[in-house]
Amino acid sequence: MARIPAKQRRFGKYGGQYVPETLMPAILELETVYTKLRQDRGFQKEFHDCLRQYVGRPTPLYFARQLTRTLGGAKIYLKREDLCHTGAHKINNTVGQALLTKRMKKRRIVAETGAGQHGVAVATIAAMFGLEAEVYMGTEDMARQALNVFRMRLLGSKVTGVDAGSRTLKDAISEAMRDWTTNVRTTHYLLGSVLGAHPYPMMIRDFQSVIGREARRQIMAAEGTLPHCLVACVGGGSNSIGLFYPFIKDTRVQMVGVEAGGMGLASGKHAARFAGGVPGVLHGTMTYLLQDRHGQVSSTHSVSAGLDYPAVGPEHAMHHDSGRIQYTSATDQEALEAFDLLSQEEGIIPALESAHAVAEVMKRAPKMKKSQVLIMNLSGRGDKDVNQIAQMRGIQL
Amino acid sequence: MPIPSNRITATFDRLRRQGEKALIPYLMAGDPSLADTEALVVALEKAGADLIEIGVPFSDPIADGPVIQKAAERALRTGTSLRGILRTVKSLRTKTRVPLILMTYYNTIMAMGEREFCHEAIQAGVDGVIIPDMPPEEAGLLQQASAANGPCLIFLLAPTSTAARKAEVIKRTSGFIYYVSITGITGAKLHDTDSIERNVRALQKKAKKPVAVGFGIATPDDARQIAAFSDGVIVGSALVRKIEELQHSADLIHEVSRFTASLKAALSSNGSE
Repeated sequence: MARIPAKQRRFGKYGGQYVPETLMPAILELETVYTKLRQDRGFQKEFHDCLRQYVGRPTPLYFARQLTRTLGGAKIYLKREDLCHTGAHKINNTVGQALLTKRMKKRRIVAETGAGQHGVAVATIAAMFGLEAEVYMGTEDMARQALNVFRMRLLGSKVTGVDAGSRTLKDAISEAMRDWTTNVRTTHYLLGSVLGAHPYPMMIRDFQSVIGREARRQIMAAEGTLPHCLVACVGGGSNSIGLFYPFIKDTRVQMVGVEAGGMGLASGKHAARFAGGVPGVLHGTMTYLLQDRHGQVSSTHSVSAGLDYPAVGPEHAMHHDSGRIQYTSATDQEALEAFDLLSQEEGIIPALESAHAVAEVMKRAPKMKKSQVLIMNLSGRGDKDVNQIAQMRGIQL
Repeated sequence: MPIPSNRITATFDRLRRQGEKALIPYLMAGDPSLADTEALVVALEKAGADLIEIGVPFSDPIADGPVIQKAAERALRTGTSLRGILRTVKSLRTKTRVPLILMTYYNTIMAMGEREFCHEAIQAGVDGVIIPDMPPEEAGLLQQASAANGPCLIFLLAPTSTAARKAEVIKRTSGFIYYVSITGITGAKLHDTDSIERNVRALQKKAKKPVAVGFGIATPDDARQIAAFSDGVIVGSALVRKIEELQHSADLIHEVSRFTASLKAALSSNGSE
């Protein structure tokens, strides 16, 4: 179905394969293997069986009656990725890549994690498939997400702290790439978002597109019509592209990606790449990048570790330039208010990442007609954030 | 396309005629300061360096181990930028004709613009560029920009490189081929020199361009072993570690010179093959 990325391995001018020579043969092998498996019925069946039986798909498309009434506008549906095994959409991609790892006859995986959701998904899938796993995580994020660190270790994975740079997701990816470079013959890098060198952004989008395909079917069954608007948070951008991609040709469907506004765009302490970034190259791909005029990558800030990254998936960069997807941001403060609202109105505690999408829904839904339909991707559950929130409120648990 | 009669090729030609191997030390620009870098380059040449690699600090150096990562952090803390480094090279060109090669990640070049970078680098007197995160697949823009006047684009090969990739790099590289000795990052430990030798010799047979070996060469003994079958050795992390240890010392220049001279002596004692 998809012609993009085309032969030149790019989404428009974005993407590419900016990696050291040592990794290029592995990247090209991955490209060859995945291109074949993408059309392979057996592989696709194995993937979808695993999503059904292990992950618990399809996830519900839930009509949020209470939230809809409170906001007084569009009918709001939540795509419940928080109900996936391990509590976030991240597991969809890890299932796909673990199956791929086995096909490539590699026994070890390395991964990065920010909020810990991808790390937990990797540790889970590694346990289930009998793979050895090592997860790199910035020490700043390890402090914020201690619960997830413990979960990964319980699952039998090695978690290695990264004490370089800003000690967050960006540095964890750099370190995972260094490990991969060193162990490339035996190891697969199980990247967690639509970032990195081709074929990663395409492959991870494909694995996550199950979200949008289900949502499309579900909304047609529930409403008999396509949604007017889709909303999702954008860190690297895998949950959002997963929801958006199956609707991308339906030009009537509006799409809104929500970046981390941190302490506000004016403060400079944020991770809103489309507001403050320019095209650059980081971690193997050309895309919008927060950087200074000398090309040094900026530190970012977000209350949510999963959105705290200076670059964004190259496919998003293309859709930004064409205007197909609209990008906006929500501040830490707005996300925290949204976190409370969803918890109290719907009895669903969202991940802080997903709370950024809720914040956009709070702004947007009231301005829409009651007959209009909005789908928001509730990409993860907030259990992992409860400690951090308590701490911010001065509550000792 | 190779640049006609540039300093890099001329140096390798001269060394080959003399039966010598190239010593190529690497240092991080701006570590501890650009003034020190300038003094160190002059001292390295005096101590026997045949070509010199100047690292451009980058915030996210994915091909580098901890020693060079930390050097980049130090250099960035003192405000080192690509433009500042080019000014330093320009100033160095009043003092030395030693070939100078920048090692930089793609984003710092992209931020300046590929065309402007090539123009400014040539104006300043840079002879070559090594970009560890730019495989031949992504070199199009920079090759276009450097085609007429340079600088030389020096491509890397690794133990994992396939035959097709080797052929591509042999075709595209100018100046020399940078052979990465190990499957890993800078500063890792050297091992299995037999397989390095096999790979380098096979490459030389096909390439008819010099092959210099880098990553993991830390001691005069390592340098002697690798120089026995290659056209040159690149010593990075070991030298950068020395500079780190001595950054506040009055002996910085003296000690770095001494280490460099010991490397050069090891290459010379080797004789020709």
